[in-house]
Amino acid sequence: MKSMNVTRREFLQSSSALVVGVSGVLPTLDVQAQNVAPKILGPNPSNLDTWIKIGGDGLVTINSGKMDCGQGLDVAYSQIAAEELDVPLSQVIVLFGDTKTSVNQGGGSASSGIRQGAIPIRNAAAEARRVLLQMASVELQVPVDQLDVNNGKVFVKGNPSKSTTYAQIIANKEFSTNLEWNKKIGNDLNVTGQAKPKNFADYKIVGKDAPRRDIKDHVLAKEHFTAHIRPANLLHGRAIRPPQAGASVVSVDKSSVAFIPGVRVFQKDNFVAVVANTEWDAVRASRALKVTWTKENRPLKGGDKEMFNYIKNATPTFVNAVPMFFGKKEYNAEPTLEALKTSAKVIEAEYFAPFQSHARISPSCGVVDVKSDSVQIWTDTQKPHYQREGIAKFLNVNPEQVQAKWMHGAGSYGRSDADEAPYEAALLSKEYGQPVRVQWSREEGIAWDPKAPAAVINLKAGLDAQNNITSWLFKAKGFNGWDVKFNAESPEHTLVGMQTGHKKWTAYNFNIPEESYQFPKHVHWWETVPPYLEQASPLRTAHLRAPQEMQTRFAQECFIDEVANATSMDPVAFRLKYIKESREKEVLEAVAKKFDWDGSYKPKKSGDTYTGRGVALYNGYQSFAAVACEVEVNKKTGRIWVKRVVVGMDCGLVINPMGVKAALEGQIMQGISRALYEEVKFDDQRVTSVDWNTYRIASMKDVPGKVDIVILNRPEKDSGGVAEPGLVSLPAAIANAVFNATQVRVRQYPITPQRVKTLTV
Amino acid sequence: MPKMTLQIDGKNHEVDVPSDQPLLYTLTDQLKFKGPRFGCGLAQCGTCTVLVNNQAVRSCVTPTSAVANATSKIRTLDGLAQGDKLHPMQTAFIEEQAAQCGYCTNGWIMQSIALLEKNPRATDEQIIQGLDNLQCRCGTHIAILRAVKKARETMNA
Repeated sequence: MKSMNVTRREFLQSSSALVVGVSGVLPTLDVQAQNVAPKILGPNPSNLDTWIKIGGDGLVTINSGKMDCGQGLDVAYSQIAAEELDVPLSQVIVLFGDTKTSVNQGGGSASSGIRQGAIPIRNAAAEARRVLLQMASVELQVPVDQLDVNNGKVFVKGNPSKSTTYAQIIANKEFSTNLEWNKKIGNDLNVTGQAKPKNFADYKIVGKDAPRRDIKDHVLAKEHFTAHIRPANLLHGRAIRPPQAGASVVSVDKSSVAFIPGVRVFQKDNFVAVVANTEWDAVRASRALKVTWTKENRPLKGGDKEMFNYIKNATPTFVNAVPMFFGKKEYNAEPTLEALKTSAKVIEAEYFAPFQSHARISPSCGVVDVKSDSVQIWTDTQKPHYQREGIAKFLNVNPEQVQAKWMHGAGSYGRSDADEAPYEAALLSKEYGQPVRVQWSREEGIAWDPKAPAAVINLKAGLDAQNNITSWLFKAKGFNGWDVKFNAESPEHTLVGMQTGHKKWTAYNFNIPEESYQFPKHVHWWETVPPYLEQASPLRTAHLRAPQEMQTRFAQECFIDEVANATSMDPVAFRLKYIKESREKEVLEAVAKKFDWDGSYKPKKSGDTYTGRGVALYNGYQSFAAVACEVEVNKKTGRIWVKRVVVGMDCGLVINPMGVKAALEGQIMQGISRALYEEVKFDDQRVTSVDWNTYRIASMKDVPGKVDIVILNRPEKDSGGVAEPGLVSLPAAIANAVFNATQVRVRQYPITPQRVKTLTV
Repeated sequence: MPKMTLQIDGKNHEVDVPSDQPLLYTLTDQLKFKGPRFGCGLAQCGTCTVLVNNQAVRSCVTPTSAVANATSKIRTLDGLAQGDKLHPMQTAFIEEQAAQCGYCTNGWIMQSIALLEKNPRATDEQIIQGLDNLQCRCGTHIAILRAVKKARETMNA
């Protein structure tokens, strides 16, 4: 069975079908449906040489239109290519995200690096081996079926001295072989050759631990990041943001920065920036520049204090019953409401999720050199191909003349601020005719990045006299998750684009959880509410790691726990009773086993410290993940410590177990961070979370006392996504453990120390 | 602008920058160091850390003029390895794969070195306490803690 999540996120990555506003039209013009090949910029996906090159030294270079967020995707791709080609792992390297050498594979997106991005690479490598053997057959005058390959050496079976090598055969020449391209771009792009990839039973490299290669560059301080790029004649730029959200520029007093040599002031509509010859001069000029802004009346309404009431009272902009994507689906709540009325018992609860920030460890950075006939972009966006198109549009130049070169960047977790600085640098470089580097400030990185949307989520469950579920209602109402698009392919998806007059995109999106459970008379739907501010809002939303999955799963998995508790059932046993998918059951059972989850467990109290355990699970991105944890809650200090955590993952075929483990360790900590600390604070004027004191994230003290990771390898199943599924369950598992410890339900995350202190235990 | 001399990784560097310019910008913009990086400019994350006389210092808030003197010896991640010979902390980070995006790695390595040089037998609790004011957004703390504990053994070996 393929989970519905599998394709719903990619659906839009490669098509133009959108859920549009109530006043707009419903999905139309799906390019794929019309079977029209999208226009390709750059290399041709149908050409094997686009994907693979073999040098005179035998080094295999893979060109990928993905990128790596620090999870070692290059290693996994190298394993896959080495496996298919029968070359040593060390002989393969991967080049990511250069628009000149790679096709648009959608970039970093939807945990698709392996489950989608690796497929054309596997197919291309298998096809390359086939073509190489044909060439060897000619060279050695032996039929192909009498040849074998080992470590890049092609030899005659039974007569291994009669041999040649890949390097000898192809050395820097071209394969000149066509692949069948599926006429899609983005995550769904695939190519196939005549060769069939190996059966998993024959794998020697795939499935084995392989360490990352770039960590050595990190610890040796090699030139690596966008932030390191400093071409000759470079100018440094910094923007000046309005003191009130939504304010417009009245006037700019250029003389206020005249004391800094060489500073120039740029203004286009409501985008104001300075450029200077050194970074420090740009920083101090941005602080010193006097800009007069219009006065706005409470642009962010009542601020975060009134936010949940605002959501509850708002008239929806859109109502839908699909998981995140896939157009429009109607729903009928009547049968559920009827069943609830006649149920012996009804349980209901309301849950609250905050705005959260990507808060990258380095705020956005981009370097752009606009010349008369070309544009060069150095960027750590997750989607360099889309950014290339967007910046071309912004500058009104032919995208063929624009090259985006992906560099390593600070960790990015979706549609972060990574796209912002490159757009700004492009505008400034065009103006001044020199390369420009823009480095956002910390405040911009937290206060002005695209956010995960806040929501209020209601659940109701009906029970019969025997405590069987009769009905299930799920309603999510929140800020629209799509104020700007997940691909920054056009200027209106960026802050500078909006500040220079590009009108906001109109598309609506929230989410309902995948239906892991088999409940009768169930209904799920979502509603979006209007943004506080239409244009250039600091609270504009976009995808943040597991977009709208954490919000909806927090509510669902906490509520499951509440219903289990109301029926006096163990939360693991309760879930197992209702889960549909056997793989999801098995991953939960594996986690329960590792945790020693049994009925004899008793929550403990010692002084101000309460200890309890909780569980939650998730399916999505073709993977299944469960989390069980034990937490300590200190009522006096408000501190919650995840003392022990077990994360289980079934992601089908595992390419690199140590890569999966590292990804899950990171998700445990980021999950704890989002569960316990992260919320964007704002008053009626502006975002007030502006640094690491006001937007706190997890720190070393939050490292659990014991961490276990259980990976269920299922080589016979397609690989699923790894970068998000583990993360989603942390807030719910922790909140459920807090209940088990204290018998108090916390229906809001983050469960900050301040909130813990106010719990009435 | 005053001409100043900085002693970095055993070498003298002449710079001509405003005296209040933070050391971070002098290192990255004028001198092209790659280890210390901008993260917050507020001394809250540690990504910009260098050692000055073996103390971990946040270069983003340290005026260049404050360390441009004969007594301030600056050490950076760039100068940590001696040729091909890596510092034990660097080796431990590689062995434990203690980086996700790697942007903040500089601060963790430099502050951990300062911590263990001062207290070679630091307990696990002292390590956790001593590194709690560094930020890692990817959540690599679990692997970083393993690496620092490993380096505690190898640095003492």
